[in-house]
Amino acid sequence: MGIRGFVPFCPWNWCLLLATLQCCGASSELNRSTDSSARRELNVRYAAASSQPAETISVFTLDYDYVQIPYEVTLWILLASLAKIGFHLNRRLPGLMPESCLLILVGALVGAVIFGTDHKSPPVMDSSIYFLYLLPPIVLESGYFMPTRPFFENLGSILWWAGLGALLNAFGIGLSLYLICQVPAFGLGDINLLQNLLFGSLISAVDPVAVLAVFEEACVNEQLYMMIFGEALLNDGISVVLYNILIAFTKMHKFEDIEPVDILAGCARFVIVGCGGAFFGVIFGFISAFITRFTQNISAIEPLIVFMFSYLSYLVAETLYLSGILAITACAVTMKKYVEENVSQTSYTTIKYFMKMLSSVSETLIFIFMGVSTIGKNHEWNWAFICFTLVFCQIWRAISVFVLFYVSNQFRTFPFSIKDQCVIFYSGVRGAGSFSLAFLLPLSLFPRKKLFVTATLVVIYFTVFIQGITVGPLVRYLDVRKTNKKESINEELHTRLMDHLKAGIEDVCGQWSHYQVRDKFKKFDHKYLRKILIRKNLPKSSLVSLYKKLEMKQAIEMVESGVLSSTAFSTPRRVQKTQETKRLSPEDVESMRDILTRNMYQVRQRTLSYNKYNLQPQTSEKQAKEILIRRRNTFRESVKKGHSLPWGKPAGTKNIRYLSFPYSKPLPAGRDMKVAEFTDHDGSDSELPPITFNTHSPTGTIQERRWTPEVIPMKRLHGAGTPLHFGYRRNAGREEHLGRGGRAILRPKPLFHAVDEEFESEEESKEETPAFGSLLSSELRPGGDCNVSHSPLLQRK
Amino acid sequence: MGSRASTLLRDEELEEIKKETGFSHSQITRLYSRFTSLDKGENGTLSREDFQRIPELAINPLGDRIINAFFPEGEDQVNFRGFMRTLAHFRPIEDNEKSKDVNGPEPLNSRSNKLHFAFRLYDLDKDDKISRDELLQVLRMMVGVNISDEQLGSIADRTIQEADQDGDSAISFTEFVKMDNH
Repeated sequence: MGIRGFVPFCPWNWCLLLATLQCCGASSELNRSTDSSARRELNVRYAAASSQPAETISVFTLDYDYVQIPYEVTLWILLASLAKIGFHLNRRLPGLMPESCLLILVGALVGAVIFGTDHKSPPVMDSSIYFLYLLPPIVLESGYFMPTRPFFENLGSILWWAGLGALLNAFGIGLSLYLICQVPAFGLGDINLLQNLLFGSLISAVDPVAVLAVFEEACVNEQLYMMIFGEALLNDGISVVLYNILIAFTKMHKFEDIEPVDILAGCARFVIVGCGGAFFGVIFGFISAFITRFTQNISAIEPLIVFMFSYLSYLVAETLYLSGILAITACAVTMKKYVEENVSQTSYTTIKYFMKMLSSVSETLIFIFMGVSTIGKNHEWNWAFICFTLVFCQIWRAISVFVLFYVSNQFRTFPFSIKDQCVIFYSGVRGAGSFSLAFLLPLSLFPRKKLFVTATLVVIYFTVFIQGITVGPLVRYLDVRKTNKKESINEELHTRLMDHLKAGIEDVCGQWSHYQVRDKFKKFDHKYLRKILIRKNLPKSSLVSLYKKLEMKQAIEMVESGVLSSTAFSTPRRVQKTQETKRLSPEDVESMRDILTRNMYQVRQRTLSYNKYNLQPQTSEKQAKEILIRRRNTFRESVKKGHSLPWGKPAGTKNIRYLSFPYSKPLPAGRDMKVAEFTDHDGSDSELPPITFNTHSPTGTIQERRWTPEVIPMKRLHGAGTPLHFGYRRNAGREEHLGRGGRAILRPKPLFHAVDEEFESEEESKEETPAFGSLLSSELRPGGDCNVSHSPLLQRK
Repeated sequence: MGSRASTLLRDEELEEIKKETGFSHSQITRLYSRFTSLDKGENGTLSREDFQRIPELAINPLGDRIINAFFPEGEDQVNFRGFMRTLAHFRPIEDNEKSKDVNGPEPLNSRSNKLHFAFRLYDLDKDDKISRDELLQVLRMMVGVNISDEQLGSIADRTIQEADQDGDSAISFTEFVKMDNH
């Protein structure tokens, strides 16, 4: 007579996981009722018949109430994840609509089920849970993944646009709706000005980042990208601050007699809240960066430190009634640069993925909750209010975009075109933020809360679905190039060459931006901050470990095949001198063109590709690796042949930046050694050209070939007891001295290098660190790489 | 830093550079500060390592050749004048220049000079011809590892075939110019 509820429930559990939600919802509902009644029965039984132990202790029990909340939350998240998997399996869908669409649909589905089974949904969404647990991860993620260099270069424009735009939108929409409410025909007379303003502030919170993935393929220039990003970043903060201020006003019950002093106080408070929050964030960022300096022995807690400090900054700011959102954003931005250099590779990856995961979970929950509340009885539909809300949202966004950008274009070096402005206007998609704020309106102060919630939902659905789906085609339409002109192979090759050339020259010229300020900051940063915040011995960076792996692979292959990869270069020279040109058929030409188009390297793009929901390795990273490997091969090959590089320059000048060492101990003056380092796996040492000369006795160790992946600490290899300091010492005077033949090329083992550089590379100034870091995207660790990639040639500081 | 840079660059030098290259005063100053920031040795010239320190050039497929283009034949150092002269090739042609001075020396950023610059990227041995081999090398640099050598060879053949008009299986400068005019 015991409860046998477990058995029938088991297959339903599996069904659920196979995404037949209906069964699951219904069954869980049924089980719950069965279970509670069963349990009551059991208790009664137990009380009544305690003298029969064999029958009253049931073997299987079910306690659904105990796990209800986490269970359902987990189910929701899993369901959303399954939906996302399905979404991404289809190649075309992600480019067609933003992922928010998907999440909303899933939410609506769950809502429908819950509504259908008359189940009471778990209280996921209430004010404290939202503000304390759901919001911080989302904001942290957007702050962390924001590209800092473009952000700060465009800081003025971004603040102008995001800050003023949010305010303009909020007040514009609020006031217009208030005017609408005055019209008696609509029955909205009881909504006063403050409530309208509040509604305006929460509806103006856009989430444009969600649509970035949709028009990623179209050429979105970096400035535009940053605008959208910056807006998303600051927008949440600003609207929450505004929301809180207006709620405070509403609570004061002074709707009708708000004095100017109140308004001034409100403005002052706005500024203080914003700046104070950012200030606290920066402080916490520095503290956590400092702490990560000491965590090399216990790298498992590094992610913990990062997350806890960010969260702490949020909480501390909230305690003081400052803006926690801006605090956590500032913390993430500050912390990122230093933490990335300090933490180990695995911690770095963990942090990134965990952040994405947390923010994804939060957003999923919010969207599902949104879906749940869509399908329910908590609606109040008022045609006028809702339609006018929609209309005003669009109108005011258009006004704010065009007016504000018109003004800021006067001051920018790169003005935004009308096309860019249209894209920004159209990407004003609302997201989870607005819904949360609407949902959390206190009912006591807002008797017509349901109306607001309904209106918000309508706006969100409209913008996400209609605008989200059409923004892609719109952008592609606006960005029309002369694509259909058939180019000959020549033209294609030549065009690409010119693009690369232009990009290269641009890079030589550097960034045309607030160079002086940035330079000053970098100097300050390098002189003081980095010394304090970055640890001495850096862990391996991904580029270095990648090189190690690739090197080894190459070396092993070469040993096995016995042939140098460089022979590929020489074959064409010999073979096809006298071959006559064949006539090629059009199909061949076509296929050739296709092959060429598909395989030519992309020109360096300044725009970083960002995906809100996913971390993907960049294709440019692969391209960069190939290029770097090839350059090294070319160099090695030419050196091996004993002659200088193809263009007639001495081999020594072409240096391997990524693996050369900083030079911390000056060599004896008599031996002007310019030692170029390479990680080099040559087939055999005997082929080393005699140009190598090395005064250090440890040369002998070079002869040993080591293929093992163990990293040999440099110190042990050199009896001198000092760490190996092969450095490429560049000294202009000496360069002339040595002349061409005198360049020494030392080819020590790669394994050594990989270790040592981390020790030493820190010593040198790496001014270009942030640039390189941002260039290679978040996938490659900027910290170690930068040190690696710049020939830390100079002794000078 | 800006003001410090401009005091180091003497006014008459600035004027000369301005006349020679056509950059504006502020552009020259700005480029000078860039030059000095690249010049780690602080001896007024840049060497190849200074260029190689620019990370974006490292992963530019043509990075090495671009760097090399800055250095005059046989030299390892480039001073600011030379730097500016090379960069001047890429200054956009402004409308007010087009009608100027037909009789004077051709401005550095004329179309023909730009093309010469690009041609020099291909033509390493400076024989004024792009041979199949040189083309192959450039192709190899610009294309990923997925293309086999044979395919690359046939692409190079086809390229030469399309452009070559005098039948010498190489692309001369005039043919190059014509190719670019399409």
